[in-house]
Amino acid sequence: MNIRALPLYATIAIFLLAYLICYMQFPAMLSTRVIGNLLTDNAYLGIVAVGMTVVIISGGIDLSVGSVIAFSGVFIAVLLRETGMHPLAAFALLLAITTLFGAAMGGMIHLLAMPPFIVTLAGMFLARGAGYMLTIDSVPIDHAFYETMQRAYYLMPGKGRLTLLGVTMLASVILGMILLHRTKFGTNVYAIGGGEATARLMGVAVGRTTVLIYAFSGFMAGLAGIVFSVYTSAGYPLATVGVELNAIAAVVIGGTLLTGGSGYMFGTLIGVLTMGLIQTYIVFDGTLSSWWTKIVIGALLLMFILLQKGLLRLRISH
Amino acid sequence: MTGSTLLRRIAPQLLTLAAVIVLVSIYYPAFYQIVYVNDRLVGIPIDVIKRGAPVALLAIGMTLVIATRGIDLSVGAVMAICGASAAWSIDQGYGIGAALGIAGAAGLVCGLWNGVLVAFFGIQPIVATLILMVAGRGVAQLITGGTILTFDSDTFAFLGSGTMIGVPVPTVIWILTGIGFGLLVRRTALGLLVESIGVNLRASTLAGINSRVLLIAVYMGSGFCAALAGVIATADIRGADANNAGLWLELDAILAVVIGGNSLLGGRFSILASLLGAMIIQTINTGILLAGFPSEFNLVIKAVLVIVILVLQSPRFMPYLELLASRFKRSSVTRLEAGE
Amino acid sequence: MLLSTRDLTKSFPGTIALDRVNFGLKAGEVHALLGENGAGKSTLIKCLTGAYRRDSGDILFEGKPIFPQSTLEAQAIGIGTVYQEVNLLPNLTVAENLTLGHQPTRFGMIRPRAMQALAQEMLAGYGLDIDVRRPLESYSVAVQQIVAIARAVHLSGRVLILDEPTASLDAREVQMLFDVVRDLRGRGLGIIFISHFLDQVFEISDSLTILRNGRHIATHPAADVDRMQLITLMLGRELEEETSVRYRPEVTGTSADAIRFTGVGRRGRIAPFDLTVRKGEVIGMAGLLGSGRTESAEVLFGAVPSDSGTVEDANGAVDLRNPRSAIAAGFAFAPEDRKTDGIIAELSVRENIILALQARQGWARPIPQAEQQRMADDYIARLDIRTPDAEKPVGLLSGGNQQKVILARWLATNPRFLILDEPTRGIDVGAHAEILRLIEDVVAQGMSILVISSELEELVAVSHRVIVVRDRRHVSELTGADVSPDTILRAIAAPHTTLEAMA
Repeated sequence: MNIRALPLYATIAIFLLAYLICYMQFPAMLSTRVIGNLLTDNAYLGIVAVGMTVVIISGGIDLSVGSVIAFSGVFIAVLLRETGMHPLAAFALLLAITTLFGAAMGGMIHLLAMPPFIVTLAGMFLARGAGYMLTIDSVPIDHAFYETMQRAYYLMPGKGRLTLLGVTMLASVILGMILLHRTKFGTNVYAIGGGEATARLMGVAVGRTTVLIYAFSGFMAGLAGIVFSVYTSAGYPLATVGVELNAIAAVVIGGTLLTGGSGYMFGTLIGVLTMGLIQTYIVFDGTLSSWWTKIVIGALLLMFILLQKGLLRLRISH
Repeated sequence: MTGSTLLRRIAPQLLTLAAVIVLVSIYYPAFYQIVYVNDRLVGIPIDVIKRGAPVALLAIGMTLVIATRGIDLSVGAVMAICGASAAWSIDQGYGIGAALGIAGAAGLVCGLWNGVLVAFFGIQPIVATLILMVAGRGVAQLITGGTILTFDSDTFAFLGSGTMIGVPVPTVIWILTGIGFGLLVRRTALGLLVESIGVNLRASTLAGINSRVLLIAVYMGSGFCAALAGVIATADIRGADANNAGLWLELDAILAVVIGGNSLLGGRFSILASLLGAMIIQTINTGILLAGFPSEFNLVIKAVLVIVILVLQSPRFMPYLELLASRFKRSSVTRLEAGE
Repeated sequence: MLLSTRDLTKSFPGTIALDRVNFGLKAGEVHALLGENGAGKSTLIKCLTGAYRRDSGDILFEGKPIFPQSTLEAQAIGIGTVYQEVNLLPNLTVAENLTLGHQPTRFGMIRPRAMQALAQEMLAGYGLDIDVRRPLESYSVAVQQIVAIARAVHLSGRVLILDEPTASLDAREVQMLFDVVRDLRGRGLGIIFISHFLDQVFEISDSLTILRNGRHIATHPAADVDRMQLITLMLGRELEEETSVRYRPEVTGTSADAIRFTGVGRRGRIAPFDLTVRKGEVIGMAGLLGSGRTESAEVLFGAVPSDSGTVEDANGAVDLRNPRSAIAAGFAFAPEDRKTDGIIAELSVRENIILALQARQGWARPIPQAEQQRMADDYIARLDIRTPDAEKPVGLLSGGNQQKVILARWLATNPRFLILDEPTRGIDVGAHAEILRLIEDVVAQGMSILVISSELEELVAVSHRVIVVRDRRHVSELTGADVSPDTILRAIAAPHTTLEAMA
């Protein structure tokens, strides 16, 4: 058996087991309605986690994404308020900005040979600050096109709504899977994560790939920002604080090795859904408090980090 | 360290601090005014050294952790846990001594957890401390019951808002803690041993240093500093806010250490320089408000600061800087031995 | 000539790594490159593959001068390399490793089947029957080596450099690899083979080139040289030369106060061995690189703790669980790789000198500043450490001075048993003599020493007896009149143990 896929199987098994436990306690949880909501409510997290997966597999980290989501919401809201621009044009402009922003961070990481952690920390401050400079208030978005997007859904059997947002997330995951598993770029990402020096010796353009990796993460953060603004119909610079942490947690719980080189995009989707499931369970239960989410996620993180460490030892001893 | 080498070490931080103060006072000339009213000193500089207390405390522990080539992302969450523990103890009717003891113990346990993951399981520090960063706030909320746990204890509140001979108590605490840790590492051999494992863990272990225990001790020290910071933050607002206590302060603390000229790659460290770094950050925070800029600028300025420091510290940029320096200095350039 | 060098020279500050080296590789031959550490093998390879830029001289490929600036350029010219640590990515699949950079795509998407087919095709003729879709790490190192060779041959196709490819292979795997190498030779490739396993060198090579101290010493057809001649050439001693005067002070200790190691060893690193170290005794340890010398030292010092046997002295059992307990027991160890295992580069000479003593005293009992200063100044003077002052970061000193700082570090702990792994490697002649003199001094004061060295004269000059290590076991012990370069050479060279074997 492929030992690197083991965390992925563990992830899927834990998700199914958790769902089973939920179902036995609250049979209503196995409905397309709950599944539809799970997808919609976690759409922005799932999208940003797709970018984060690529970054983490390359051995990096991107702390800026939560701030970029907040900036995106504010940017769109202010742009729509101040100009008569169509939302789609605003989206395109925004995605160009966040992609360039990510590319710039990737460039700095490569050129300065500095840890991604600290470079993207600066990016985190910068994006959040840029959001504040646009506005410090929550700016509502009131546009007919937004309503259209919010109402766009496919009614699944059982009255569950597969919303545009949910579909966007699933599409992002599929895009991520193709990019990661079926392109040269994707192989290069694994190569850099497996060993940057070796990858360079084998002819991988490390600098270019690094820039592209963070540009992709920036793009996905921008897309998540758009989704989040549709979800909330507003832009608020204080929103999505700490989302980068949730995204990192989802990626790790999804079976990706936090030190890079190993992981699957599909696992990230399961990781996001697992985190969503914990929240849903707590809502259903009604007596449990929300902080259990964080504690359980922490415990899952610990479990996967130790699992990966154990597998690493196993591989070395081979 | 002799006086002159110490001064040379902290000169960049002193100059930066001076420059920031001058800049602020241009916009706000009343910056320097300190008056003594109602048995307490009042003025902007006093405000800076009081509000800077949590970051200063965190920076003390973070300096040691970073000197071992590690990082502690969990300090903000640990602050919340310890603040909540203290507030809970007071709320339960334990005395202030017990409350402080419980908070301190909580901090040490958190540090022990991190240290064991790093030293025994060999997990990268950034990964190991991430776990507590995520789960810690949940634990703090568990203790407070999800609300802001308020308490009624003037003695405890004194730690946050009281004064001693006119000086705010939080200031006294961070200065004393700084001196305490400074003495602990420099009057004993701890500082040397910490620097040694930060530069070369393998060679240090071969030289007989007990690096595992030392690593754990360093993370526990960081947890203890976070506990102090958590107590102050809680005492200051007379309540434990599990959600917001210490939120993102780990990043400010790391920034303070980096501004203090300590390398993220471990090795030589200066607690004093990190404390100056913390004060620089707080002066900027306060200064931006005073200067009438919207506080929104704060983050952008911090970001620019980080980027400038990054460029200056970058291994790729260093050679150019040294070249520049050697043009100024006529003295012989130290010759680095090339790889064999 | 397929690939040749003319007066190739490369120097680093303080040392000349390659001194006007001439080397020639023919198509269809396996050419072994031999020499001890620091002989210049790896520098030569790095110049050929573009990892280093030469100072002067020419590199000719099929008679035309070439100037490779990177390994990728060298590869494009036709020179491929496979290193000891497999230079592929264990986390990628075999197919991805083989095709990285030239995967077949359609509309920007990799075609997995075509990629696998290409990988299969690249592996054809290597006698491997593996699933190319699995991660490389799921296969043995031997298979990984062959995959690396397949990639290198596919991309370059004319010259193949194998740098210690067999270091972590077992006998069967070595044969598997050699079948591949013979096949490639048959296809007309020129192959440079670097190994410290002489049996393997003789088995596979057509020609031998020996380097020593950056100089070309000799090139011979493999059939014309025997092991003895080869080792003599590598270690640089003429057999005819008679042993010079030996310095041999009396061993002051008795077997009663000796440290007795019984059956200590470590699976996979060094077979269990016995050793008795008496007071004031110098024990030499000889053997080629990779024979198990350093591994023995690591077991003796607890750096890699023994998994068998016992250690005792006059006071009972000695705890050697880790370096800390070994130091507490009065042991000291100056390792072979000064940079990674010895010096703390950023710290000052003074701090490096007092480090082990301070670590032993514990953090709570700091050595007073004045005392540190006195010790540092004392050792700087005694060992003639060339440094402007005690506060200079040790990383800025030359290799010989770094070595003296590490010696000072251990002498400061006043050990009873000092292990020196290649104490004189890479340091100049003056420092060399000083270190030997120092060994004599401390032994006269009753310290026991284990010296590991490739320089036989040195061993003979200082040792009371010499242990010879080969193929990760202690194969013989030479005492008294038997301690001479000749006997050591013979013991190292003996293909199969005929001399008195140590259990």
